[in-house]
Amino acid sequence: MTAVRVRGLHKRYGDVVAVDGIDLDIQRGEVFGLLGPNGAGKTTTVEILEGYRGRDSGEVDVLGMDPGKAPNSWRDRIGVVWQSTADTPELTVAEIIGNFARYYRRPRDPGQVIEQVELTEQAGKRVHALSGGQRRRLDVALGIIGDPDLLFLDEPTTGLDPEARRRFADLIRGLAAEGTTILLTSHYLDEVETLAGRIAVIARGKIVAEGSPKTLGGRATAVSTVQWVGEDGLHTIETDTPAKAVADLYAKSGEVSGLTVTRPTLEDVYLKLIGADDE
Amino acid sequence: MSENVTLPSVTEEPPPRPAPARFARAEPGRALRLGLVRTGLETRMFFREKDQIAFVFSIAVVMLVILASIFTTRYRGLDVTVSQVYAAGLIGTGIMAVSFQNLGISIAVERDLGGLRRLVSTPMPPSAYFIGKVGSVFIVAVIQIAILLGIGVAFFDLELPSAIGPWLTFIWVFVLGLASMTMLGIAASSVPRSARSATAVITLPFVVLQFISGAFIPHTDLPDWLLNLSAVFPLKWLCQGMRSIFLGEEAAVLELTGGYELGRVALVLAAWTVGGLVLCLLTFRWKDNRTK
Ligand SMILES: Nc1ncnc2c1ncn2[C@@H]1O[C@H](COP(=O)(O)OP(=O)(O)OP(=O)(O)O)[C@@H](O)[C@H]1O
Ligand SMILES: [Mg+2]
Repeated sequence: MTAVRVRGLHKRYGDVVAVDGIDLDIQRGEVFGLLGPNGAGKTTTVEILEGYRGRDSGEVDVLGMDPGKAPNSWRDRIGVVWQSTADTPELTVAEIIGNFARYYRRPRDPGQVIEQVELTEQAGKRVHALSGGQRRRLDVALGIIGDPDLLFLDEPTTGLDPEARRRFADLIRGLAAEGTTILLTSHYLDEVETLAGRIAVIARGKIVAEGSPKTLGGRATAVSTVQWVGEDGLHTIETDTPAKAVADLYAKSGEVSGLTVTRPTLEDVYLKLIGADDE
Repeated sequence: MSENVTLPSVTEEPPPRPAPARFARAEPGRALRLGLVRTGLETRMFFREKDQIAFVFSIAVVMLVILASIFTTRYRGLDVTVSQVYAAGLIGTGIMAVSFQNLGISIAVERDLGGLRRLVSTPMPPSAYFIGKVGSVFIVAVIQIAILLGIGVAFFDLELPSAIGPWLTFIWVFVLGLASMTMLGIAASSVPRSARSATAVITLPFVVLQFISGAFIPHTDLPDWLLNLSAVFPLKWLCQGMRSIFLGEEAAVLELTGGYELGRVALVLAAWTVGGLVLCLLTFRWKDNRTK
């Protein structure tokens, strides 16, 4: 079953083309990563899917409805973590989470959510007294309090320390295991790589590559690099058959020093994808 | 970067989720219930926000204490002091401050900083938000008026009517005045372009109206053309209605037309309420000024 289906999405702000013909298919239960540099059009795309921004053209179907015309009950099934929020209501963490829980028909237990995002100690604190990373965890808590079928996370780990980021990854895996469909955006390759089952790389409003982290951008079949240090310096060969290259090397020269076999990392692939688009 | 990553694979079937139940198409009960929840929340937020208390809640109190202490003369041939005129008229200021001034600024800030955006992505019925605003403004206004009347009676010879009639008048003047100012406040919140400019943009018309409508300067000291100009706006009529209740019939000669014109007070305030409501429905935006 499809959770999100997008065809030919376009959006411009005056002269700036933010989204330039995007197609997306996200299956129910899938964790989908939208990866791209600053200004690529991630937030614009996600906010159109949330029904917050309008679009110029294209078909959009989210949980069976057009987000631009969806009724109130549709919002019961989505959760949103915005890229940025600066509001500091004079409320405590527990008050605001408890309050938002009442807007949903099928909320999670507020106490449990506070625990999940590890704000138990801050539960009685006012929002303006939280640190940046704690605020971010509150954002995540408000995104999941309604127990959504589809969760949008726009750069959710901005400002989180490494430990919090690891716990956040656990939280996402837990949600995914319960069947929540998740669309997350990120600049962090390692994050998307470990979390998402499928990734789309977006640059200048276009999707330049799509696939699983292992196959993205032809990474699985990309040539490997075999390097070693010979008597006359560094040798590098690029080959589709690295095992054979090493065996041949051994047969010819015996043991060599500094031998490495590398394949492009996701980062290499990613940088090439968004860089290649420059030309 | 590591090659060996474990992935939550797409092919693993997630456990089936229970089919989402649907809301009934019309949900007035739910909107009302959540509206009351939000009324409590908004009221709590209001009294926790120190700036708002200083700027919105105290302004009429401070002006009353200052102005009514400076100007204490008695009108010739009448048993009415300028202090009393202030004490009655500044109730209008108090009502406008906690509704127009309060909402105009706070909703603009909420819109700009992402508070409205947070709400609009939830299934909260939009009407619950407005019920919460109106409800909390009502509570704050009642407290505001109790304080103003208390100070007026204790220090500035304000007399509370003993008959039931003036109190009935008080109720409808209060309700219509508050309703019109609330609608205008919600509508005005769309004017400031950002949270930073909100206070300045909303306060300017607020203060100007105070001066020309007979709140900060007694209506007896204003030139007719200014009073006629302010007759277009609701504050003059709100103050006039309040004077009719607390100054009594004999002071009616001080009014521009020699009477309190309660019929026109009702008409103008009701018209602004309806007009303000229409303006809100036409112009209210949940999105910030940067989002298209
Ligand atoms: N409200 C707006 N008005 C005008 N231009 C906008 C607006 N929002 C976004 N843009 C432009 O649209 C393009 C895409 O912006 P978007 O916010 O979608 O990028 P992004 O991929 O989310 O970037 P980031 O990683 O920095 O969050 C950018 O060039 C941006 O300047
Ligand atoms: Mg963004």
